[in-house]
Amino acid sequence: MAEGSNKTYKVPIGPVHVGLKEPITAWLDVDGERIKDATIRPGAIHRGIEFMARDRNPIQIIYLAERICGICSFAHIVAFVRAIEDAAKIEVPARAQYIRTIVLELERIHSHILWAGVACYTFGYDSAFHLGMILREKVMDVLEALTGNRVNYGTGTIGGVRRDITPTVEKVIREMIDLYRNEFSIFYDVVTQDPIAKARMRNVGVLSREDAVTHCALGPTARGSGLRVDLRWSSPYEAYCDMDIKPVVPQDHTGEVYGDVFDRFLVRVLEVYQSIEILEDALAGMPAGELMWEPKLPKLLNYLKQADGTGWSSIEAPRGDDTHAVRLTAGQENITWWKVRAPTYANAVSWPIMFRENDLADSPLIINSIDPCISCMERMVVTDRSSGAEQVVTKADLIERCRDKTRRMMGS
Amino acid sequence: MNLLHFKVIAGVALLIFASLLSLVFEGVDRIIHARMQLRLGPPLFQPFFDILKLLGKENIVPRRAIPWAFNGAPWVSAAAALMILLYVPMGSLPPILAGSGDLILILYLLGLSAVAMAVGGFASGSTYANVGAQREMTLMMSYELPLAVVIITLAWFSYRSGMPGEPFSLETFVGMPVWSVVGWTGLFGLICLLIALLAVVPAEVGKVPMDIAEAKTEILEGLICEYSGRNLAMMKIAFSLRTLVMCAVVVSLFFPWTIGKHFGLQGAMLFLADFVFFWVKVFLMQIAGVTLVRTAFGRYKIWQASQFYWFHIAGLSLAGMVLLSLDVIL
Repeated sequence: MAEGSNKTYKVPIGPVHVGLKEPITAWLDVDGERIKDATIRPGAIHRGIEFMARDRNPIQIIYLAERICGICSFAHIVAFVRAIEDAAKIEVPARAQYIRTIVLELERIHSHILWAGVACYTFGYDSAFHLGMILREKVMDVLEALTGNRVNYGTGTIGGVRRDITPTVEKVIREMIDLYRNEFSIFYDVVTQDPIAKARMRNVGVLSREDAVTHCALGPTARGSGLRVDLRWSSPYEAYCDMDIKPVVPQDHTGEVYGDVFDRFLVRVLEVYQSIEILEDALAGMPAGELMWEPKLPKLLNYLKQADGTGWSSIEAPRGDDTHAVRLTAGQENITWWKVRAPTYANAVSWPIMFRENDLADSPLIINSIDPCISCMERMVVTDRSSGAEQVVTKADLIERCRDKTRRMMGS
Repeated sequence: MNLLHFKVIAGVALLIFASLLSLVFEGVDRIIHARMQLRLGPPLFQPFFDILKLLGKENIVPRRAIPWAFNGAPWVSAAAALMILLYVPMGSLPPILAGSGDLILILYLLGLSAVAMAVGGFASGSTYANVGAQREMTLMMSYELPLAVVIITLAWFSYRSGMPGEPFSLETFVGMPVWSVVGWTGLFGLICLLIALLAVVPAEVGKVPMDIAEAKTEILEGLICEYSGRNLAMMKIAFSLRTLVMCAVVVSLFFPWTIGKHFGLQGAMLFLADFVFFWVKVFLMQIAGVTLVRTAFGRYKIWQASQFYWFHIAGLSLAGMVLLSLDVIL
């Protein structure tokens, strides 16, 4: 692998790789240690969740939606139930909205701390990884106290939530807030002031502001490139409407935007502090009242059976905008169709740009830097059973197929 | 029983002892590493369990590997690291092969051990092992300069300052601590050299922040990617032996003090006390030079590591060389 001879070799990172949490393949064209180009091949973990949903009723799908992703499970069900509520015109009680906000923020905290820890692990900084995991244990305990579960909470439902925040739980949340106020800065300092951590993350996987716009980056990936995008700020939902939320961008804290992995790290870690503030606001402003629009399940199902229409919802999941769209047809118990667009789907497009002119050693870090959730993303594999051929549908293919369908429908 | 027989028996006993000790030290290293991360850590004898388990596993040679190089590399690497122990004096005990090898031989054996691993990586026929082997070679080229500067400076200094013994022999430095010979400028020079040598230790033993050739989250353990079974067990022994040997060399060069004489011990008890004390020093060196460092830092990229050794550490060792020269000249 002589560097500089302009001859490139292909090195696969994945589908199964120590540095990756989920199966995805990055075929890297390397010249020495330098990455010249990259091809991303997803398609190893497609589960057909949207197809499975078509013979289930909306209540059953909540549990399916929760299992799209293990980290942002609550974000997916909130997006789903909001889409159903949009389609069926259901009003959510204010207290339920606040509880949803609280769980969403708790989930954001645990997702971001997990990501920050794994990023450190990716460049061999195991001590910071373990420190992060120890800190994350507190928010997991809070989620367990609130919902009874550590991962899939089973808390959200159509028209409200199923668990109340009792005084005991509120006390636990406040304890957690105090802990993070005092202790989280240790983790922040340990990583941001470490010379090797800085050497490994600064100017690595750069996504410029322009590229972030043209490649539709979302969430912390876009904010790391200096774009002020945050659905909690630009189109608030649930209890965020009552709060003053500013997107966290690196230029507000360091004065400069590099758009590299370090900036994405900064954004995520600083968002933990932001989430703590949101939690305090939500606890302080929580109104009393009902938890559900309709507590009787058969009645709710019956109402949903009568409902007719298309609903959609887009919320700010820990990784970016999570969009769900759903169609209900009157007289049918099951949903007609359901579409999920997880944030990784948009962010993954930026990978080849981030890879270019970086080192082979950086590749797992770059893949992890958008906090990929491959299982959220993958729903685009077309398999031809008879011939055994498998292909991933590209953007151009999709556009062409859309046009075909439009032409068919227009009857031309 | 003539001297040769005695030497063979003592040598074999020492090598077996050192191999077992290196695994114990690795167990302690893993426990301390874990405790500093607020974890419980593995049992003390976990490295033994690992090795025993690996010895019972199937030894797979990849289809595209070159079998003789692939199978031979772990043995050469471990043997080269073991050989060094025959040339290291332990306290007041002279080395088993006293007089037939010096620091230059030790440097070459350390190099051979690393090169053997790289050869094993190249012979694996795997992309990742190939990348790992190239990184190992690059890393060697980077740290050999400061390492050589440290050794040559010390030898030159011992020769010019009239320390008794051969300038390149490790026994010279063990017999008379260099710290007692130098003046003020030389003291700073020695500190520079010590820091430079300590900076080389992680790269020589392949631990964080210089485990670049074996980076598991980047290139899937790199060098040892394709190894399994008995070969992997040998690789693991070679790694822990290199750690032990490198720490023993640092201790012999810079911390040669013994305790036997202070307690007025005689004969066998003197040798025993010095022998035990020597390994205690090696153990402390391993904790300070390897365990603490690998807990405190992340991993460098290969070009950053090269830059670090070529500029920062080479500069430091050259500064030490200049200071020590001034000490002799003035």
